[in-house]
Amino acid sequence: MAQDSANIAGEGGVLLTASGITKIFGELKANDNVDLTVNKGEIHALLGENGAGKSTLVKILFGSLQPTEGQIEWEGRAVTIPSPGAARTLGIGMVFQHFSLFDALTVAENIALSLGSNTPIDEIGEAARKLSNEYGLPLDPDAHVGDLSVGERQRIEIIRCLLQDPALIILDEPTSVLTPQEADKLFETLERLAGEGRSILYISHRLEEVQRLCSRATILRHGRVVDACDPRDETAASLASKMVGEEIDVVHREGTSSAESDILLSVQNLSMSFENPFSVALKEISLDVRAGEIIGIAGVAGNGQSEFFNAVSGEDVHESADSVSILGTKAGRMDISQRRNLGAAFVPEERLGHGAVPTLSLSDNLLLARHACEDDGFTSGGLKTISARSVRSRSEKIIKDMDVRMSGVNPPANALSGGNLQKFIVGRELDREPRVLVVNQPTWGVDAGAAAKIRQALIDLAERGSAIVVISQDLDEIFEVSDRIAVMADGRLSAPEAASGMTRERIGLLMAGMDGAAGGAAA
Amino acid sequence: MIIQLEKRPQRSALLSILSPFIALGLTLVAGAIMFSLLGKNPFQALYTYFVQPLTDPWTREQIIIKATPLILIASGLAVCFRSSNWNIGAEGQYLIGGMFGAMIPVYFNEWSGFAVLPLILIMGMIGGALYAFIPAILKSRFGTNEILTSLMLVYVAQQLVDWLVRGPWRNPQGFGFPGTKEFNDSAVLPPLWESGDAHYGAAFAVVAVIVMWFVLSRTLKGFEVTVLGESPRAGRFAGFDSKKMTVFAFLVSGALAGLAGIAEVSGSAEKLDDKLSLGYGFAAIIVAFLGRLNPLGILAAGLILALSYIGGEEAQISMGISDRATRVFQGLLLFFVLASDTLIHYKIKLARRLPAAGGA
Repeated sequence: MAQDSANIAGEGGVLLTASGITKIFGELKANDNVDLTVNKGEIHALLGENGAGKSTLVKILFGSLQPTEGQIEWEGRAVTIPSPGAARTLGIGMVFQHFSLFDALTVAENIALSLGSNTPIDEIGEAARKLSNEYGLPLDPDAHVGDLSVGERQRIEIIRCLLQDPALIILDEPTSVLTPQEADKLFETLERLAGEGRSILYISHRLEEVQRLCSRATILRHGRVVDACDPRDETAASLASKMVGEEIDVVHREGTSSAESDILLSVQNLSMSFENPFSVALKEISLDVRAGEIIGIAGVAGNGQSEFFNAVSGEDVHESADSVSILGTKAGRMDISQRRNLGAAFVPEERLGHGAVPTLSLSDNLLLARHACEDDGFTSGGLKTISARSVRSRSEKIIKDMDVRMSGVNPPANALSGGNLQKFIVGRELDREPRVLVVNQPTWGVDAGAAAKIRQALIDLAERGSAIVVISQDLDEIFEVSDRIAVMADGRLSAPEAASGMTRERIGLLMAGMDGAAGGAAA
Repeated sequence: MIIQLEKRPQRSALLSILSPFIALGLTLVAGAIMFSLLGKNPFQALYTYFVQPLTDPWTREQIIIKATPLILIASGLAVCFRSSNWNIGAEGQYLIGGMFGAMIPVYFNEWSGFAVLPLILIMGMIGGALYAFIPAILKSRFGTNEILTSLMLVYVAQQLVDWLVRGPWRNPQGFGFPGTKEFNDSAVLPPLWESGDAHYGAAFAVVAVIVMWFVLSRTLKGFEVTVLGESPRAGRFAGFDSKKMTVFAFLVSGALAGLAGIAEVSGSAEKLDDKLSLGYGFAAIIVAFLGRLNPLGILAAGLILALSYIGGEEAQISMGISDRATRVFQGLLLFFVLASDTLIHYKIKLARRLPAAGGA
């Protein structure tokens, strides 16, 4: 309820006021008497953990949900927003975290689809090109979306939103897919939009960003507003503890590896190309990971990280046995089950549909990754009968160890929030005490509390003498956990360098391509 | 007023049990309307369809006979459909199974002894499996759509069997009727009881149901089937191979369809003739889904569908209702089953029409 009245006057009046918004789903109060004021021309942060009610609030503002109680005022006038179409008509635009784009269509076609008007596609393309150049977000309207990087896809969403000339733009976790340089560019654009008098509601869990960009922040916890403040007056730690409601453990790292410890994971001259035209070919990747160390692999999405992950995990088997060695055993031609039995464990990027089967229960999803691990004894006999009881009790142990929160007993994976499912998926591997762990995007879309827990668990595992590779687009995360850092660009991996000597600028340059061929994703 | 579907946060356990019964109820209502439109008394018609066959021992036995191939084929199809391999060609695998098994009595008609019958049955299973292997290998090697290939192979099998029983395999003493010589006693699947019509195929069906139920619900192989059917990418992460699964699923379902075919040939007709293709392979698709791809459910569903067949015959005899009505019934049943399944994940809401969305 605490309103920072000093700011309201400054920017030319109030654009949107939501007061007393309550939304009840069954027994859950997703929003409980929430007040939010957005001024004209301000960048307003909406902060909160996963499940704090940010999405519900934003969906109500964007018309996809109706509040159980509460009023919305737009430019001083009471309004109801029955549908996203009505929100657009009012002047509210939204850029979603998960893009809704068709890979096989061009940029212009994708934009035309969402506008739903009868304007010829060429005109839309031209308008998009003009607008994108104006805002410094260059976009080729004739390019196929499937060929574009994640950053470029996000530009489409932003341009699509801007074409409707909105007064309020809602952005959901926009920088999670960008390089530092790309993010800087986005911030410039946002500041420019705010300068034009547009308001921006900025949802993020990256506190440093919020502090840099936003003049006001509303913090939600368990569906209630816990604070409204100026983030620039706060520290990242104080913002985080307001979000979580408790002090967040600061992730603590002590380097324990040394040049003498054993090489547990070794990748030698790994080159691989794929039939899929959207895959990035891997080019002569070499990497040694020693016991007790965490290597961070930074890079912009779509530069070969997933391909590298698949090649190391054995989902894509290489023709040469020498390409990957795990604990000294040549494993290049082994499948993922055999590599697991050597002591390796893997956490893929996508939780639903890759790391877990969405419709199956958590215990089934434990079996998914562990059925072939001989010492677990989840199956027995020639028929490999499943011991449901031991799988269940093990999955309960993981749920307890990792503090996985969920409703119901043994719910399907898709009933959990992203952070909780990720804790389970990481816990599922940690529970085996793997000697080698390869994780892709360990905390993607995960709330601050869960992310800290996962990172600490990775560090603890390294301190117990395992070798860990963390592939991440989140530079804060890379710096937080890594002993050495390498950068992946266009299917090549730079030589790992000690984290202490690395800077963001250097990583940014490496991301842009060591040989100067910036960003060109060759298939 | 408009009807809206609202996604449930979690699947409803109650409705996943109720859904087949809701479907059955809706089918009965729709059937009653259909009979009224035909000018028949709907209550009498439904009675003739669904109750009368149960009152007589002879028709009860006919139900078992009809249900046997349906259950055998459908429990194999459950493996295919659960793993998202759309085998629509069970009818062809059933025919080729019957044909393969018939090879032994056709070419070695005098051969008798204990070994003959098991050999015939195994040949039948091999035949069905081999025929199912064609769409499987086409899919796993070349990415061919298995729906098309498996369906088209049904017509090939029908022509092949038809040609054999009219040409090279025709009984010279058969007065020109299409069909092989009658099998000798060692090659005939014996009846379940003295002077009965129902043969041991029914026992095989029960065994198949139990085995498939165990495999699908209790073993790693069954888990693999479900995982690959739900999410091939997660299956690969688990170390499962979806190409091998395609071959496995087709081989299992082909073998069971082949067993159904040879059991029908050796147990009922006691020869291979041109009347083997009765559409069991297609009706089994309904049975598989009506039984929610669970072998135990398939056992019940097979019996219900067989009941509707026999009831249809009764209705044709006693009330003059065309046997086409039976097919319409089966179509309605499948339609309502699939429609009712929506209720497991969604709930129906009546809402006033929303104002037209701007810009759309």
